[in-house]
Amino acid sequence: MSERLGIVVSGSLNKGVEVKLDSSASIEDMAVGRFVTIEGAKRRFFGMITDVSLGVTDQKLSLTPPDTTDPFIAEVLAGTSTFGTLHVSPTLVISGDATTMLEGPQPVKTVPSHFSVVKQATQQDVELVFGTEDEKRFFIGTPLDMETKVCLDLEELVKRSNGVFGKSGTGKTFLARLLLIGMLQKGAAVNLVFDMHSEYGWESRDERRRKVKALKQLFPSKVAVFTLDEEGSRRRKVSTDFVVRIGYDEIEPADIALLRQTLNLTELAVEAVYQLTRKFGRSWLEDTLGITSAEELPEDLNIHESTLQNLQRGLATLKRLPFLVASAPDNTVKRILEYLDAGTNVILEFGRYTDIAAYILVANLLTRRIHARYREATEKAMGEDAAPPRPLVITIEEAHRFLNPEVAGQTIFGTIAREMRKYNVTLLVIDQRPSGIDSEVMSQMGTKLTCLLDNERDVDGVLAGVINKNEFKSVLSKLESKQQALIFGHAVPMPVVVRTREYGSAESYKGFAPESQAEEDIEKLWE
Amino acid sequence: MAEIERVGEVIEASTTDFVAQCYELYEIPPLGSLVKTRDSSVELYGIVYNATTTSLEPHRRPIARGKDETAEEEIYRSSPQLTKLLRSEFGALVVGHKKDNKLYHHLPPQPARIHSFVHLCSPQEVKEFGQSLDFLNILLNASLPVASEELVSASLRQMSQAHPDPRAFLVAAGKELAILLSGNLNQLKAILGRIKQ
Ligand SMILES: Nc1ncnc2c1ncn2[C@@H]1O[C@H](COP(=O)(O)OP(=O)(O)O)[C@@H](O)[C@H]1O
Ligand SMILES: [Mg+2]
Repeated sequence: MSERLGIVVSGSLNKGVEVKLDSSASIEDMAVGRFVTIEGAKRRFFGMITDVSLGVTDQKLSLTPPDTTDPFIAEVLAGTSTFGTLHVSPTLVISGDATTMLEGPQPVKTVPSHFSVVKQATQQDVELVFGTEDEKRFFIGTPLDMETKVCLDLEELVKRSNGVFGKSGTGKTFLARLLLIGMLQKGAAVNLVFDMHSEYGWESRDERRRKVKALKQLFPSKVAVFTLDEEGSRRRKVSTDFVVRIGYDEIEPADIALLRQTLNLTELAVEAVYQLTRKFGRSWLEDTLGITSAEELPEDLNIHESTLQNLQRGLATLKRLPFLVASAPDNTVKRILEYLDAGTNVILEFGRYTDIAAYILVANLLTRRIHARYREATEKAMGEDAAPPRPLVITIEEAHRFLNPEVAGQTIFGTIAREMRKYNVTLLVIDQRPSGIDSEVMSQMGTKLTCLLDNERDVDGVLAGVINKNEFKSVLSKLESKQQALIFGHAVPMPVVVRTREYGSAESYKGFAPESQAEEDIEKLWE
Repeated sequence: MAEIERVGEVIEASTTDFVAQCYELYEIPPLGSLVKTRDSSVELYGIVYNATTTSLEPHRRPIARGKDETAEEEIYRSSPQLTKLLRSEFGALVVGHKKDNKLYHHLPPQPARIHSFVHLCSPQEVKEFGQSLDFLNILLNASLPVASEELVSASLRQMSQAHPDPRAFLVAAGKELAILLSGNLNQLKAILGRIKQ
């Protein structure tokens, strides 16, 4: 059943249309983010409410308000002298011309005519626009006040880098986990997750201290858990597949450059690293730490005492990380690639090493090498006309640390974000401070899923480049503080606010992975 | 159809209104009520906006007679000729017409004819007429001896009685007025105050 809300009274294609609310529709029932249809003379339009406002025909009414405690007077004035207006952005044409009939919803190129009737979108309308779950579409949430499914086109999604944003505690991790499940379920890509807080591989606790399962439990055969903190993982009874150790000799100048701020290094200290590696080769880190004063440095190196000390302090911090060893017993990159090649998703838990320096170092170091291998493989495949490697999606948290304007130009993550899917590698970035991410990187992202943001600069950062940006600003800042997100970009036909699909209940797990059922039964045996 | 009440006869007419004399002294249709009169082809609808009771002879004003009587009725009983010396009249503003069984909410081509009979409309007719609220505009724009908020509110109160849900009718009429009087908040408030339920 579609309820009539009002009529279009003015507007433009750029700015959206103004809808005068019928007096029978209560303004207080309207909510930004909700979908409406507009019955134009020839076409049906589909759009979203982006603002709700009050109007009066006579300014005197605001100065000397009538006696609206009288229900009769209140009823008469509602919708006439006082009225509500909705601001609606029509984004799609859903029926009425030949193209939509053949190819489904099309982007709007015009606006509905004056006084076209605006109705609440029906379930069918929403389904028509957001599709139903199938081999490439994944159910990510439901629109506001509706039971219909909003589905993401995962094939489209993995073609570019994407972002999940929102301030702390709004549901980024839950949303990212859903996205990963989607990619896994639909086989759209293979994933490598740098799991800073150990939430994606094995069970963790939510804010209410309830246990929440993660990917390895739901898809045991498709996920491998790597850990940097063997002891921690064992204590948590995680079934791990590989313990990551990194050799000092694997650390390169570019890794140190990215850590400059975190380790409090000067520009000169970073510059010195390049000189030192040229001189000492792979053993540069240990060699540098072994030097007691600048005088011991080889003569052709131009490094001052203060710079050396600054650098040594920083390197000592790194060296204290227990997963760093003089030389690694196994080749982590090779192992990761083996799993990825076999179509197994790799989640690297950081365990107790939630220190940002550890995270930046490891994520950067591994990604650089994996990307290089993907690059080789893709180029080779192109030369030989063979199948390129499976699309790889790398998930990083605290993304602004890797992608801020100062470093985005130089780091591997900046490169991946900018080159789209040239070498079949894209990013899924998770961040609570999107304003810290380089704007060019932001603009390259295909799809953004953003939970509540209340900092003006973050909102601006996420919405940069969006048409009708101001309208979405109000939508974004009015999201609920949890489990609601605005999704826009390539994987959805139009921007949409969803209540994120429920994650964490036994029921929800069944919906994701039928194979987890068996596992659950086994667990029950042990209870 | 039930006998429609005949209330008077047209004695003065113009395009916009007509005056009728009542057959019985004081038997005047209420302020704001819907009346009709007809010539051969057209039925005219009017809304009673004014009424007077005066001496039959314009130059002879009635004089006070009740000094020694105990009740008003006594005056009429002791001077039965009085009812013949006085007359009641009412004015009606033309608000629409019906031709070939079709109702129009605008002025007819011709004014009413002198001596045509004036009837009070039945509730059914009132209801039918009230389907459109266009007549409100005529009432608001006429220059009349009574204040238009008085006339509008009286006619709406009258009309609402013919509707199964008088309040719903009044709300709808109120909304129409809110639009017509969007620049005149005081008048709107005055009318709403007079019709609120
Ligand atoms: N899709 C969801 N299903 C169930 N609970 C959710 C969902 N999204 C968020 N929550 C709730 O919100 C809390 C915070 O979510 P989380 O993803 O940890 O936030 P963030 O990563 O943004 O800090 C979770 O602990 C959970 O209780
Ligand atoms: Mg989180």
